[in-house]
Amino acid sequence: MAQFRVCPDSGFYFDKSAEQLMKVNAVAGVVCLLLAGIMALGVILTRWQTIHLLPADMFYTALTSHGINALIFWIIFFEIAVLYFASSTLLRCRLAAPRWAWLAFALMVTGALLNNIAVLSGKSSVMMTSYVPMQAQPHFYLGLILFAVGALIGCFVFLGTLVVARAERSYEGSIPLVTFGALTACIIAIFTIASGAIILIPTFLWSIGYINHIDAEMYRVIWWALGHSSQQINVAAHISIWYLIVGILFGARPMSEKVSRFAFLLYILFLQLASAHHILVDPGMGTEWKIFNTSYAMYLAVLASMIHGLTVPGAMEVAQRGKGLTKGLFEWLRKAPWDNPVFSGFFLALIIFGFLGGITGVVMGTEQINLIIHNTIYVPAHFHATVAVGTTLTFMALTYLLIPVLFRRGLFLPRLAQWQPYLFAGGMLLLILFMLGAGTLGVSRRHWDIGFSGALLSFEYPGTAYMMMAMAGVGGVLGVVGGASFLLVTVGSLLFGPKLEPSAGILESFGIRPLAAGVYDVERPERLAMAQKLPVEQHGSGGFEAPGTFILAMLLLVCFVIYYFINWDYLSSVWPMG
Amino acid sequence: MSSFQPPADRLWWKTPVGKDEIIWIGIALVWCLIMFFMMPYWHLYGKQNLSSEAYQTTPAKYKASVDAMVERYKTGEEKGIPIVSPPAGSDIYVMGRLWQWYPILELQKGSSYRLHLSSLDWNHGFSLQPVNINMQVVPGYEMVLNITPDQAGDYAIVCNEYCGIGHHTMLGKIIVKE
Repeated sequence: MAQFRVCPDSGFYFDKSAEQLMKVNAVAGVVCLLLAGIMALGVILTRWQTIHLLPADMFYTALTSHGINALIFWIIFFEIAVLYFASSTLLRCRLAAPRWAWLAFALMVTGALLNNIAVLSGKSSVMMTSYVPMQAQPHFYLGLILFAVGALIGCFVFLGTLVVARAERSYEGSIPLVTFGALTACIIAIFTIASGAIILIPTFLWSIGYINHIDAEMYRVIWWALGHSSQQINVAAHISIWYLIVGILFGARPMSEKVSRFAFLLYILFLQLASAHHILVDPGMGTEWKIFNTSYAMYLAVLASMIHGLTVPGAMEVAQRGKGLTKGLFEWLRKAPWDNPVFSGFFLALIIFGFLGGITGVVMGTEQINLIIHNTIYVPAHFHATVAVGTTLTFMALTYLLIPVLFRRGLFLPRLAQWQPYLFAGGMLLLILFMLGAGTLGVSRRHWDIGFSGALLSFEYPGTAYMMMAMAGVGGVLGVVGGASFLLVTVGSLLFGPKLEPSAGILESFGIRPLAAGVYDVERPERLAMAQKLPVEQHGSGGFEAPGTFILAMLLLVCFVIYYFINWDYLSSVWPMG
Repeated sequence: MSSFQPPADRLWWKTPVGKDEIIWIGIALVWCLIMFFMMPYWHLYGKQNLSSEAYQTTPAKYKASVDAMVERYKTGEEKGIPIVSPPAGSDIYVMGRLWQWYPILELQKGSSYRLHLSSLDWNHGFSLQPVNINMQVVPGYEMVLNITPDQAGDYAIVCNEYCGIGHHTMLGKIIVKE
């Protein structure tokens, strides 16, 4: 029974059920992103003190909804699509247990709906973290649990597909690096979901009265094994997508399979320890526990990220140099397709993730430095650099690729798509920088009014703090416009984008007869061959394969070192304590 | 294509690694170790460190400690909230509850105190401004910090952990006298 179609442009084989599941999961994710974006506007326009749009209760509802939809639902729906792509499509293999995958999807949709109903009713404004003993409605927790169970089933469908691919010998040699990265994300996801189950199931039982007490500190410790690790799934997933994008756009191959895979392995081993970042100024944790965990055991996961930071653009540089772009240090980068949103989205995400997200994350996760940063608006600034730009912009870039390849549509408003990554990244950059600044001045996160209206006592943040929150507001609004442009292009493409004819002409130029789109006439795809061995060539300089990337990496290191010690200096100015 | 193809070498883990990567991994590892050892270094030589002293408690027990301190050392009142001036070196208590930090403390510049923090109800965030010291305050747990205010002035305690609709009205005060 034939069940695969070949994408005539990319050469990817799509299993029929995998394709449908990727589509529905990606679309569900985008719907959640829409909701998250609407809420983002309410949040940022309220924190811009001169506008102060929403009343307090609506603000906290919007903030809860924004957090959960953006950080959990949008990203995990999309990641499930990525897992199916990285297994079934990349390995040219049928999806294992598609019925289970549909059950997973149904559970995730039900869970997301239940949770959103609880939040939007205004009676579960407990923030994404839902720290006990503050209580949400039972269906708030139940929704999260159902969603997590669905995602867990999705993870096992991914693992099952790897087993099927191996058993049916659909590829030669080892799994590709991109699939290896997706496997890393999947393993971290399983750990994450298990932690979530351990804490959310008792919390649900507590909310319906079966359990009368949940220890507040225990909740925080275990919840963060869910809360932080869920964001580590993103790191592994979006770095895999970076490797995929440089592979597709430039024909890049990893500089070294060994090094890149070793870096992913370090993530599996150490990344989850970072849950401790959230517990550094909590009562009751020992110093050794904090130092070991907050540093991912001697910063071994940071080492992994620094490795990817070199090898992703490095792979691109080597490929570009191989095509003759060898002038100077940066011709390979200057002559990159900056008007292609797949490239610009990926590259902006890489830079902002590394320079802002990575550095701020390590700084505020330093045991003692955390006490000048904990719960200030510096924290959301950090994770907007990592998740809102790093992950979300990467997923947007990938979507521009999936619209023609998976959905077989041309882009609607392609000019807007060209500008969208710059608009989104530019807006978010402003938001991030000014929130970092305001956080350094002590401005609180999750706070309706930093003017403290109605308080018995009084306090005034410095005027600069207000100015910075206003500038963050400008950035946030630009970011929302960028996000809306993405949604417009995506939804517009699916509804009105030109249907791609069987082929956009890429294959004909090689004399191959194109297959009609949507015709599942391939019973068994040709086995995925190993990459060809390349002749040993040297296009770099001074013995370096990627000298430009190496300079960029050194620039990152210099910024990192300077900013790290600036923060120690700042710490040394506060009251002595111990 | 290649990053999404199986590696060219079946034994990919035996292939040599380029100079760029080896040097970068070496530099990055050294930096990671420096950052790691900065934390124990600061415990030995730095002045701002987090204490790991904490006790399990109950709201009633903690409130009793706070009330005992207030009764003993109360020197005044501001807007109905007692102002307390405990002696240098003593145990001082701040209690978070919906939506108030209680009581107002009056401290001597340059003296050390054992500051106890806990909450009677939900999580709260002790954010001392403008000096910018931030601590998590968790119900059921009493954290003890040794603090030495080194500048005189009025300081506000902002609540920076979301605690419901009145969160933004939750302000407290610490006065540091010359």
